[in-house]
Amino acid sequence: MPDRSTQFATFIVERDISFPPAAVFRAFADIEAKRRWFGDPGGSDTEHTLDFRVGGLEHSSGGSPQAGGWYTYDATYQDILPDERIVYTYAMTIDGNRISASVATIELAPVDAGTHLRLTEQGVFLDGLDTNEAREHGTNELIDALAASLEPAATGAAR
Amino acid sequence: MPAPDALSTTFAALADPTRRAILARLAQGDATVGELAKPFAMSLPGVSKHLKVLQHAGLVVQGRDAQWRPCRLDPTGLSEVSSWVEQYRALWEGRLDRMEAYLRELEQQETRE
Repeated sequence: MPDRSTQFATFIVERDISFPPAAVFRAFADIEAKRRWFGDPGGSDTEHTLDFRVGGLEHSSGGSPQAGGWYTYDATYQDILPDERIVYTYAMTIDGNRISASVATIELAPVDAGTHLRLTEQGVFLDGLDTNEAREHGTNELIDALAASLEPAATGAAR
Repeated sequence: MPAPDALSTTFAALADPTRRAILARLAQGDATVGELAKPFAMSLPGVSKHLKVLQHAGLVVQGRDAQWRPCRLDPTGLSEVSSWVEQYRALWEGRLDRMEAYLRELEQQETRE
């Protein structure tokens, strides 16, 4: 029985893609297109199904040493604005253990170069099962100390 | 582009007192590049250089509004150094690389037809 814990995090990935929003949106909406980029390039995925509509489900599973075992990915689409926004919730398991549940928001904006894509993921990570245990607890303590040192009062830079 | 060692990138970004002051200002709210430059005897290009380092480390994001481009703290902040967030970020960077390659391939196919 693993130790029980929850960790919460949000991360953002942003990128300018040199194709129009409609093309980028289609890469998310069409299962044949999505299979070409979403899965493990090592080709260990055994299946990927997608019902791209609000309330629709997506399922993917596979396994590899890099993935740390056999994984499943199950998503439900919550909001779809064509060429603009996709919101879905998803949960993952590894070797049958639930490891995370998340909300993902993809926003597409037209820019000169093509599309500005922003992915924001907010998740809960369960029971420490998703860590590779390479990070020492001491490192996290150091980061907490650095974060505390960024309090505005400490620097007086804001006027 | 996935950082080979995101922890080192973050530490390098934080190692400069001007960049830490920029982060402290953004912790109070969004700001333009001009507003961030005010407290320092520094040119706008000088501040922009620091912002690029902070963006590369995933600590700051910049808006795309045509009129002005506000800088904002990336809510990932220092949780970025957690291994699983690094993994998820690296996973998505790889996926977006492959998506762009796929779209390029598609465009070439359509041009040929």
